[in-house]
Amino acid sequence: MRTYSKYIPLFATGLVLLSLYLVGCISFKGFGSLRAFVDLFGDNSFLGIAAVGATFVILSGGIDLSVGSVVAFTSILIASLVGHGFSPLTAIGIALLAGTVFGTFMGFLISVFEMPPFLVTLAGMFLARGLGFMVNPQSLAITHPFFLERVANGLSIPLNDRISIPFTATCYVVTFIIALIVAHYTRFGRTIYAVGGDEHSAALMGLPVGRTKILIYTLSGFCSALAGVVFTFYTQSGDPAVCVGLELQAIAAVVIGGTLLSGGVGFMAGTAMGVLILGLIQNILNFKGNVSSWWTPIIVGFLILVFILLQNAVVLVSKRFGGKLGAAG
Amino acid sequence: MSTAATTTPAPSGRFQKREIRWWSSLLWPVAGLALLLIFNAFFTPNFFHLEVRDGRLYGVLVDILNHGSKVMLLALGMALVIATAGVDLSVGAVMAIAGAVAAQLINKAGVPFPVVIGATLGVAVLAGCWNGLLVGLFKVQPIVATLILMVAGRGVAQLITDGQIITFDDARLTYIGNGSFVGLPFPVWLSMGMLAVTVVLTRKTAVGLFIESVGDNQTASTYSGIRAGQVKFLVYAFSGLCAGLAGLVAASNIKCADSNHAGLFLELDAILAVVIGGTSLTGGRFFLVGSIVGALFIQTLTTTMYMRNVSADVAPVPKALAILIVCVLQSPTARKKMTGFFRRRNAS
Repeated sequence: MRTYSKYIPLFATGLVLLSLYLVGCISFKGFGSLRAFVDLFGDNSFLGIAAVGATFVILSGGIDLSVGSVVAFTSILIASLVGHGFSPLTAIGIALLAGTVFGTFMGFLISVFEMPPFLVTLAGMFLARGLGFMVNPQSLAITHPFFLERVANGLSIPLNDRISIPFTATCYVVTFIIALIVAHYTRFGRTIYAVGGDEHSAALMGLPVGRTKILIYTLSGFCSALAGVVFTFYTQSGDPAVCVGLELQAIAAVVIGGTLLSGGVGFMAGTAMGVLILGLIQNILNFKGNVSSWWTPIIVGFLILVFILLQNAVVLVSKRFGGKLGAAG
Repeated sequence: MSTAATTTPAPSGRFQKREIRWWSSLLWPVAGLALLLIFNAFFTPNFFHLEVRDGRLYGVLVDILNHGSKVMLLALGMALVIATAGVDLSVGAVMAIAGAVAAQLINKAGVPFPVVIGATLGVAVLAGCWNGLLVGLFKVQPIVATLILMVAGRGVAQLITDGQIITFDDARLTYIGNGSFVGLPFPVWLSMGMLAVTVVLTRKTAVGLFIESVGDNQTASTYSGIRAGQVKFLVYAFSGLCAGLAGLVAASNIKCADSNHAGLFLELDAILAVVIGGTSLTGGRFFLVGSIVGALFIQTLTTTMYMRNVSADVAPVPKALAILIVCVLQSPTARKKMTGFFRRRNAS
């Protein structure tokens, strides 16, 4: 009980994912097709990458509300730079650097001035959104052949003569695997868990809490920027007004994936399943066709509620049996 | 800041102590607001111009009060929630729900006006109770608990309006957002009235003390006989009521219920107003007048930028920078450095 109770939310998430997929396959023709499966990853790739960053932040007991704005800022920055004659790779490099520096800046404020992450990233959200509009007030289409041909066709991996894995999906899967290794098999990853579990005792153990915190928000800024790059690949345009509320979707995916928002407990794999669950819900509603769009937020809200209550129940039960879920991480 | 709350042992000195805290906390937000106003006095023409037309006051300052009233209302509820070490992210969505309920009911023939208002506020309080139930009874972290309604609330509002933007033309309902009373717009009176009611309820009874003690140390207050869960429940219900009032004003302002945009991101403005007003997000104390000043600060900043032809899209940049500066100044590290600086000067 004690060792396995921390996996219960993860199992529950897997169960929901599987049953949603089965329900979709049984109800709709073409839902279980290879194309729909591949598109599930391609369409949710930027959300998935953003959720990877959000998982690190939430594992450390913090929160990052700037995700959606940074994605929008990155996309318009790339589009604008390419429009001004920069080579696409340089533009992407600059955008990734900008997002990363932005994250470092927020981490610095959080760590050095002991300001609540909630507040700093909230200001960061306003800041990045406004900066995006300063770069270019309207959406910009990208006509550079790198985006139109290389990324859209050249870099996708063909599975058979009709279906190929889009480059965006590849980006997501690679990011996810790297994140999985970083979170669970590196010193940095274990420090994140320790800081999230109890910041004070982590400091007493001699762990570099301040440095880790700055690094976490740097990483989150990088992930948001990467999500912005992938978003630019996906839409082949830049728009300062997009992805409003993406951070909430990312947080929802993390919570549905079984990660405690109080920090210290959770799994990278759970977040990936959470992202796929959100994608499947959207797919099912799309396939059904006649369902009003407002059911999506209601269903997502309901799912968050169910998982929160489940987590609370698990924590209560394991406490009653003497195990310490929170400390076991 | 927690030391200020814990080093008040002598009951006789407590009121005096609170008096000092109350004024000193107001210093920063008022200074910020004054700075903004002085800037406008010199650089923005017609900023302080006021005139009376048809027995009603017109001018930029009145506009600031009028447009700021929604955030002021929200900030009152938010201040109490934050004092219990919580946060209410759902107020924007609750505003949308309130607007939707009001618009649907007013368009139904034969529903008396008081019933419309009562039902609207009732639904808003119910939404607040839902948050309070999750936080107070089920012990869900406030960010998550209110996130649920924040995500789902707009869906519920659209469910009520069937995805449409519902317009209305009822003179009584539009009065709430557009009417004027003794020269000033009605929303200003509404928010001032709510401020007075909240101050009396919290500072002239023990409720304020209960709220602060739950936020400062929940275990200790439980042991001293305060029902922490109940206090939290009431605080979230009150925040729901404030959001309902703000939702009424917002819908009435534009004479329609727009579920997608009503109150969008106002929860963030409300939180910022409370924080600028000197209330710490870690809970344990709250400043209602400070929160109102914070709301006015945000609205003045927004209006200033509009008057200086900064586009609405870029406006968040200076806003975010101003907020960061205020928060850095209020942070424990910066305060320690500053008090150290002043102490050294006094000693020398």
